[in-house]
Amino acid sequence: MAIEEQSGTGLVFHPLDQFIVKPAFGDGVVNWYTITNVTVWMGITLLCIFALFVLGSRGRAIIPSRTQSVVEMLYGFIYKMIEDISGKDATRYFPYVMTLFLFILFANYLALIPMSYSPTSMIAVTATLGFGAFIAITILGFVKNGMSFLSLFWVSAAPLALRPVIALIEIISYFVRPVSLSIRLVGNIAAGHVVLKVFAGFAAVTLASPAAVLGIVAIYGLEVLVAGIQAYVFTILICVYLKDALHPHH
Amino acid sequence: METETTQVAGVCVDAGGYALGMPQLCADWMPNQIFWLVITLIAIFFVLSRIALPRIGAVLAERSGTITNDIAAAEDFKNKAAAAEAAYEQALADARTEAQAIIAKAKAEIQAELDVELAKADAAIAAKTAESEAAIAEIRDNSVKNITAVAKDTAKELVLAMGGSADAKTITAAVNARMKG
Repeated sequence: MAIEEQSGTGLVFHPLDQFIVKPAFGDGVVNWYTITNVTVWMGITLLCIFALFVLGSRGRAIIPSRTQSVVEMLYGFIYKMIEDISGKDATRYFPYVMTLFLFILFANYLALIPMSYSPTSMIAVTATLGFGAFIAITILGFVKNGMSFLSLFWVSAAPLALRPVIALIEIISYFVRPVSLSIRLVGNIAAGHVVLKVFAGFAAVTLASPAAVLGIVAIYGLEVLVAGIQAYVFTILICVYLKDALHPHH
Repeated sequence: METETTQVAGVCVDAGGYALGMPQLCADWMPNQIFWLVITLIAIFFVLSRIALPRIGAVLAERSGTITNDIAAAEDFKNKAAAAEAAYEQALADARTEAQAIIAKAKAEIQAELDVELAKADAAIAAKTAESEAAIAEIRDNSVKNITAVAKDTAKELVLAMGGSADAKTITAAVNARMKG
């Protein structure tokens, strides 16, 4: 797994090589339309979601099968999250939020399969997710509330003198949202995979290998948690931003 | 061989095929990821919104409907059971009341019969008593008469035996005076 180079200077790890984008079939230039390893793993993500959600629920049973219970649990989990955080009227955006959540969740977990590729460790991917959601939610806020959406930044509960200052802080924090969304996700996933790779590199050294293998196990366990938690955090923050867009008045 | 790969892979990998810097920041690769991400998201969205989510939503709604119906039916049955119990209690109470009435009636009847019989018996006893009293009175009268007669005879005989003489009238008056005393 670890690509290492035994040269005169000793061990050299290349923990970042796992993130290299290369064509899935044959060699060549990576154009925007090229089918790459990223494409393949996004496709697998899609297939897994299809398998679980479409094939798993095809029984339409009143008393659900095991797979259908899992599907219903995920459905209920996100539906309730939107309902509780964003409000009843936000449930019409449920499919969008569900799409984001499932993509991140499945991509994160599939990336934990050895030799796999993790799309969510690429900043281009997470930034597209983060900024896409941010722009969509901001447009939604203006469409739903018109110019009164700007009252989100004008905190009427604060003393009048402080309001401009608070507005400035609120605006900065508003525009930091997509950045924090994408950096948080990419940072967690990429860092975890780099650490795994570094441990894997040490596993090739006889003396260090027991500790390295234990380290891989421990970090892997941590990454299993991180994969789920990051998908959850991303989704819950989207719900919070959605609430701000639908109900900007404090 | 390696050089060729490097040539086609672009500026983000070195001659050995290893990453130069962070592959995440390689601008050459970004359009590809973004393009396929958008395609994937659209595909997931359509799978979810067209097939999966309506289906699951329908199943959940159907289930909650079934559960609500079942609970309503159970509530109905419970009410019916309560009504049946009330009817049973009512019937039991009615039966008790009726039994009490029958007992009271029977008691009254028995009492009436008893009273009649008692009255009859009392009358019979009274008749017997009167009869007996009459008999006793007669016996007493008779005995008094007899005693008077015997006393007169005895007195006359005594007087005669003493050598006196007395007419019957005097003796009778004397005996009667004694008898009264």
